[in-house]
Amino acid sequence: MSIELSNISKTYNGSDFVLSDISVKIETGEFFAIVGPSGCGKSTLLRMIAGLIPITSGELKINDKDVTNLPPQERSLTMVFQNYALFPFLSVKDNVAFGLKARKMEKSEIDSRVINALELVNLSEYKERKPGELSGGQRQRVALARAIASDAKICLMDEPLSNLDAQLRNKMRSEIRELQQKLGLTLIYVTHDQVEAMTMADRIMVLNEAKTQQIDSASDIYDTPSNTFVAGFFGTPQMNLIPVTLHANSQSLNNESGLNFPNNHQLSKGKYLVGVRPNALSIDDSATVNNGLITTIEYLGTHSIVHVILDNSLEVLVETKSAEHLTTNQQITVNVTGKYYIFSEDGQSLLLTNGGYINDGKSSKEPKLQALF
Amino acid sequence: MTQYNKKAKIQQFMHYLLLIILTLFILIPFILGFWTSLLPTADISKGALWSSHISLDNYVTAVTQTPIIRYLFNSLIISIITMLAQIIFCSLSAYSFVFLKFKGRDLLFYVFLATMMLPFEAEVIPNFTTVRTLGLLNHYAVMIVPFLTSAFGTFMLRQSFLQIPGELKEAGDIEGLSHWQYYYKVVMPYSKISIYTLAAYSFLSSWNQYLWPMLTTFSDNFRPVQDGLRQLQSQESFNNWGMIQASAAIIIIPTLIALFFGQHYFKSGLNEGAIK
Repeated sequence: MSIELSNISKTYNGSDFVLSDISVKIETGEFFAIVGPSGCGKSTLLRMIAGLIPITSGELKINDKDVTNLPPQERSLTMVFQNYALFPFLSVKDNVAFGLKARKMEKSEIDSRVINALELVNLSEYKERKPGELSGGQRQRVALARAIASDAKICLMDEPLSNLDAQLRNKMRSEIRELQQKLGLTLIYVTHDQVEAMTMADRIMVLNEAKTQQIDSASDIYDTPSNTFVAGFFGTPQMNLIPVTLHANSQSLNNESGLNFPNNHQLSKGKYLVGVRPNALSIDDSATVNNGLITTIEYLGTHSIVHVILDNSLEVLVETKSAEHLTTNQQITVNVTGKYYIFSEDGQSLLLTNGGYINDGKSSKEPKLQALF
Repeated sequence: MTQYNKKAKIQQFMHYLLLIILTLFILIPFILGFWTSLLPTADISKGALWSSHISLDNYVTAVTQTPIIRYLFNSLIISIITMLAQIIFCSLSAYSFVFLKFKGRDLLFYVFLATMMLPFEAEVIPNFTTVRTLGLLNHYAVMIVPFLTSAFGTFMLRQSFLQIPGELKEAGDIEGLSHWQYYYKVVMPYSKISIYTLAAYSFLSSWNQYLWPMLTTFSDNFRPVQDGLRQLQSQESFNNWGMIQASAAIIIIPTLIALFFGQHYFKSGLNEGAIK
């Protein structure tokens, strides 16, 4: 079942848009993540797809059928909620059967679906228990089983893992992905966690300030973020954003601290923002001319994150394989060794990556990439 | 360390001593009442607290020679109907104040709430005029109709319905539950504890009605227990205190049963409600 959103907007008072002009087509069997900071409208968007919140303007199609004004139960979809929305007074079995009973399905059919769904989430032996007697992860599984038991092929999930601890979250992440593949569900998954979105989704929609920032696969979003918001949102540790000035054509981009970015392209002179991921920077502690001072070193096992204050008092993060020879308050040199991105000064659009791609359109949405050489 | 333990122990001892003394103060009238119901009236009149004729005779007299059973029956009917009506009507109005969206909803609720602030005594005269005009005097209806719903019950259930997570409503909407279905399949079972509390409260307050039935009932056929008890006292030229005490003990029994079961459900309900 495919879902198509065309120019969907939401406003409560007619002037302040909670969501504006959202368009995307989600294919059958796709795992589609909607990600953004809290308050960006992602849960609202999900509830509009579900039919729980009316759509102000725009059109929503499910399987090419206009469902913009249909009530939720006629959109043939299920939803998994952040706090599971289990009924505490019903047993696990009855919780899973709840929707099926409400739809007046035959009893034998309900039983077989419930047994099947509970088996899929490994909860068969808990079917007589009340949700209150289960752990957080098990409750989450009951919520999943409820979605599975339904015959709807579209499943909406609203931050379903945010109440679980980190280990369980990792486990459930792969379980959800597996189930989705096995059952061929079209899944829309709302999260504020970029790691969840990147690891699970086929495609990701990044929302911020009521607008779509980018819709792409995880690798495309990571490799070619369409603006500084997306660039900063994806990847841990965060991408460094460094204001630079180009004094004359074909010179290096200079941020007045000795940290220069080679510029092979035809950029007109002016001010830009350069984004560079911590793993694209390196530290040289043997150079004679230094441009920074180490303030903190975070040891993370396989690598370390070094916080450096550059000479112009801008802080950058550098990822390094070995930090044993480094100490805090040490003068060092930061060099650019990897890929970097050149954004317009306001951060709204990606102009260049030094891999040789160029953004030919003016729009900040979905940059069309074109090889220079 | 031992110094500290000693101090804590003494403190605990004092706490319990205070509690025991207060408990005795509250229990003594009950114990005294129950005890005198076992004594012959002659001995009670003498002011004696001990007698050689301790028996259940007073109970037999009360049941066989007075309309106490009729009073009990009347009260039971009135209280049960009032209780059921209050559960149904209060929960329905609370549901609409929480889950339905209509213009002036909150204003209407405050008006509703304002009626709760009015003492019942202030309503007695207008209410009396109304029921007299309706021709309801000296009938079960007069003790039921004015109490079919209560602002307090609505307020209490509204507060408890507000605690129901919004996600449950959304989950219900996704399954296409109508308001009726959501009401009896989700809201009522979810708020079980509050419903039981309201049931116990409305049953007991109806059972303990005194002023209103006194004004509106004139015959033993409809008189509830509290007024019946008063009736026993004034009917006889000489007051059979032992029998009156026995009657009082009898009419307390349903109250105790209601409280006992109420408490039982209350506890099991509390345990369930503690889980998210």
